[in-house]
Amino acid sequence: MLRYDVIVVGGGHNGLVCAAYLARAGRKVLVLERRERIGGAAVTEELFPGFRFSVFSYVVSLLRPEIIRDLELPRHGLHILPLESTLTPLENGDYLGQWNDHDHNRRELARHSVRDAEAYDEFGLMLHQMARAVKPLLAMAPPDPTSLSLGELFGMKRLAEHFQGLGARRFNTLTKLLTMSSADFLDEWFETEALKATKSASGIIGTLLGPRSPGTAYVLLHHYMGELDGVFRAWGFAKGGNGSVSAAIAGAAQAAGAEIRTSAPVSKVLIRGSKARGVVLEDGEEIRAKLVVSGADPRRTFLQLVGEEHLPDAFVDAIKRFRFRGASAKVNLALGEAPDFTCLPGRGAHLRGAISISPSVAYLERAYDEAKYGEVSRHPYMDIVIPSMIDPSMAPPGKHVMSIFVQYAPYHVNGGWTDARREALGDTVVETLSQYAPNLKNAILHRQVVTPADIERIVGLTEGNIFQGELSLQQMFFLRPVPAWAKYRTPLSGLYQCGAGTHPGGGVMGASGRNAALQILGAA
Amino acid sequence: MLKATPFHERTAALCLSHAWRRWAGYIVASSYELSHEREYHAIRAAAALFDVSPLYKYRIRGKDAARLLDHVVTRDVQAMKVGQVAYTPWCDAAGKVLDDGTIARLDETTFRMTAAEPNLRWLQDNAAGFDTTIRDVSTSIAALSLQGPASRSILERLGELSPLKYFRLAEATLSGIPVSISRTGYTGDLGYELWVDSNQALPLWDALMEAGTPHGIVPAGMLALDVARIEAGLMLIDVDYVPARKALIESQTSSPYELDLGWAVNLKKERFIGRQALAAEAGRAPQWQFVGIEIEWSSLERLYAEVGLATRLPAAAWRTSVPIYAGNQQAGYATSGGWSPLLKKYIALAHLQARWAAPGTQLEIEITVEHRRKRAAARVVKKPFFDPERKRA
Repeated sequence: MLRYDVIVVGGGHNGLVCAAYLARAGRKVLVLERRERIGGAAVTEELFPGFRFSVFSYVVSLLRPEIIRDLELPRHGLHILPLESTLTPLENGDYLGQWNDHDHNRRELARHSVRDAEAYDEFGLMLHQMARAVKPLLAMAPPDPTSLSLGELFGMKRLAEHFQGLGARRFNTLTKLLTMSSADFLDEWFETEALKATKSASGIIGTLLGPRSPGTAYVLLHHYMGELDGVFRAWGFAKGGNGSVSAAIAGAAQAAGAEIRTSAPVSKVLIRGSKARGVVLEDGEEIRAKLVVSGADPRRTFLQLVGEEHLPDAFVDAIKRFRFRGASAKVNLALGEAPDFTCLPGRGAHLRGAISISPSVAYLERAYDEAKYGEVSRHPYMDIVIPSMIDPSMAPPGKHVMSIFVQYAPYHVNGGWTDARREALGDTVVETLSQYAPNLKNAILHRQVVTPADIERIVGLTEGNIFQGELSLQQMFFLRPVPAWAKYRTPLSGLYQCGAGTHPGGGVMGASGRNAALQILGAA
Repeated sequence: MLKATPFHERTAALCLSHAWRRWAGYIVASSYELSHEREYHAIRAAAALFDVSPLYKYRIRGKDAARLLDHVVTRDVQAMKVGQVAYTPWCDAAGKVLDDGTIARLDETTFRMTAAEPNLRWLQDNAAGFDTTIRDVSTSIAALSLQGPASRSILERLGELSPLKYFRLAEATLSGIPVSISRTGYTGDLGYELWVDSNQALPLWDALMEAGTPHGIVPAGMLALDVARIEAGLMLIDVDYVPARKALIESQTSSPYELDLGWAVNLKKERFIGRQALAAEAGRAPQWQFVGIEIEWSSLERLYAEVGLATRLPAAAWRTSVPIYAGNQQAGYATSGGWSPLLKKYIALAHLQARWAAPGTQLEIEITVEHRRKRAAARVVKKPFFDPERKRA
C-alpha cells in the first residue's frame, strides 16, 4: 500500500509551495529535505549569537500575492516589509538616491539631470505596460509553439491574441526588450551614468552576463515585475529574514496535512518500468508514492536523482546544455554599528533601502570582463541591504547585520575555489565598500563569505546558480528547462519538476511550485 | 482654534508630511512621513507610537461608582476586578448606541472611562441618587498608545513591568515617571496605552522614543491606525456607525446587536439604560449585522483588465458608504475598507441585512473602475481579518 500520494524532493520554497497546494487539495504529501532545516536558499540562520542572517537569498522579490492569500501566509507568520529606496554612492563622493516618494525622487534625479527626472516617469510607465504585457505569461503553463496538438495551439492562439492586443508601439518596445542589452536599452532613455548602471544591474543579477550583453534587457523587466505590484508590495524584506518565508509556507503545508522530514537526503528516484514510484534515501530507506515532484534543479534532478539511463538521449543532451554558471557570492557581516556613508552621513532612511555599488555602466562591464575570463571582479557590483535597519529583531539592539550580494564571483574561477580565495573575495568586498563607508572595517564583528561553490555544496544549487539555471532568454518560458518539457512534466511518467529551473524561474516567487501543483492536480 | 495635545512640541517637529487632521478639537498627525506605509508596518512588525490624547477621559469615584457605570453601560461593571479594563458601548433608553469606549477599574471605588464623544453631561444626568464624583480629566491626562510586537520589550527597558494580561492595567514608573499602563489599543496587536499626567507628557515621549529606537519604534499617525483597526475588525464612531445623539432619522441608529457587540450586552443586570429595548431585541434576531467583507482579487483584476489597466487599489483606507448587493437587491453597505498590506487582501467592514450576513455568503460590492460603476465579487468573512496570537499572549 502506498503511504503517500506525492513525495516532494527538496524543502525549498517552491517545493513547500507545491506541497502546500497539493495537501490542501487532499493529497497525502511528504517533503524530504536534505539539510537539517527547510527553506533551501530561503533560510534564516543565527550565524553568530544574536545576529540572524538571510544567508543566501535576502529579499522577497516576486512572491505571488495569490500564494500569500491562498496559503494564508500572514497567519503563519509572513510579513513583508517594504524596501524603501536605493542609494548608489558615487566615486566622486556624491550619490544618487531613488526614493519611494515621487516628489522626493524627482528632485533627487533632477540634481543629476533634469531630462532624466522627466524621462523617469515615462520610463516607469513604459515598464509598467511591458510588465503588464508579460505578466499573464507568468501565471500560465507555457504552450509549446512546435506542437500541433489542439491544446497547445489554443494556448498559442491566446498568446498571439494577447500580443496582438498590445498594439504596434508596445510590441516594438517589447521586441527591443527581448533583444537588447539592458545598458543599450537604458541608453535610449537616460543620460545619468549611475542611474543607468543601477537600473541595468537588475538585468545581470545572478547571471554571468554583463550589462552590455544582449538579452539582459528582458531580465531587467523580469525583476521589475515585482514592482508592477506597486501598492501590493510583494517586493521587500521578510520580517525575520527569508527563512520566515519558508517557515510560513511550511506552516501552511503542515496545517493542510503535509509531512516534512529534514535531514532526509534523497539519493535516487525509484524507477520501475519508466515510471517514478518513489524515492530512495541516502541511508537506503525506500519511500513509495504515486508521484514524485522534484524541487531540485534540472541537472541534479535528471542526471543525479534519476540517471541518464532512464531518459531519452536528446533530453539528456538538452539538460546537459542547460546553463548554470553561478556568478554571484554573498558576504554577510555582523556589525557593531551602522555603516556611515561619506556621501550621505548619518543613519537616515537611505540605510533602510538597498545600497547599490554600481557607479557606472563601465564599472559593471569591467567587473564582468574579469569574470568572463575566470577571475573574481576586482571592483565588484554589490547589492547591499541592512535588514536590522528594517527589522530590528535581526540583530541585538543597536547592532546590525549587513547582507552583501556580490557579483561577479564566477563558479568556474581560474584554479577553483579555495579557502584563501574565499577570504580574498571577502577582503575585496570589505575594501571596496570601505571606500564609501570608512567606518565599516572597524564595525565588523563577524564575517561570513559564501562563494558559488559554497552555495552548491550547502544548498545543492548546481554551480551555485541562484536561479536554478541562468535566467537568460534562451532558457526561459517554453524553453525552461528544456524545449517540449516546460510544463513541469518530465519524460518519466509520475515525475514532475517544481523548482525555479522551470518557468517562470528564480527569485523567491513560488510561481513554479504553484504552477506545478496546479498542473498535477489538473492532470489527476 | 484647534487645540494642541501635550505632545505637540514633539509631534510637530517630527511631522515631515505636514499632514494633520482634527480629532475631538485637537490636531493630530495623519502621517509623520510622506507616506503612512512605514508607520503601518511598524504596528505589525516593530512598534508604533500614537498620540491618543484627544480621547475624552473621565474619572468616576465614590461609593457608588461601580453602580453608576453599571447603570450607564451595557457590560457588567460591578463584576470587574481592580486592574481590569473593559471595552463597552453605552446606549440611550431605546437601546441605540451612543458611544463606545473603555472602562478601567483603578481601585474599588475609582474608575477611568474613555469616550470618543463628550459624555460628562450624560454621566452627570444619570448620576442622580448615586454617591459619586465625576471629573472630566481629558486635558489633565495625556495618553500614548504603543502598539506592535516590540512594544513590550520597549516598556521593559524603561522600568519594572509586571506581566500584564490583555485588557489589564497596572501602575508603573517608567524612567522615573508615574504612568498608568493598560494592555489595550486600537490595532488588534500586542500593545499598550499609557496614561500620564499632562505635565509629564514630554519626558515620557522622549523616554519611549529613546528606548524604542533600537527596537524600530516609529511615531505613527491616524492613516496607519485606520488600516490596522480595519484589519482588527474594530469599528469607528461616525464612520461605521452614527451615534444615536447625532442620528437625524431612526434608521441611522444602531443597537449593539447590529454592531456585532451583543457579547458586550449583559442582560443579567437588572437595570441599565436601554435594557428593556435590548432585552426585547435579544429575543428576536437583529435585522442588521456588522461583518467583515473580502473583495475577491480575481474579480477586481478582471474588472480592471476589461479597460486595460492593472488592478488599482486605494492608497489609504476609505471611509465612505459603499453599496453591497445580493443579486438585484441591495444587501447592505460597507462603511470602511482598504488594502491590507500584510494580508495582501482588499478588505472592508460592512453592515448587512441578517439573511446575507453568514460567513461565506457570496455578494457583490460596488466599485468605480475608470469612472464607471461596476460590481466586484465579495465574500462575507469572519472578523477580525488579522488576529495574531501575540495580542493576548
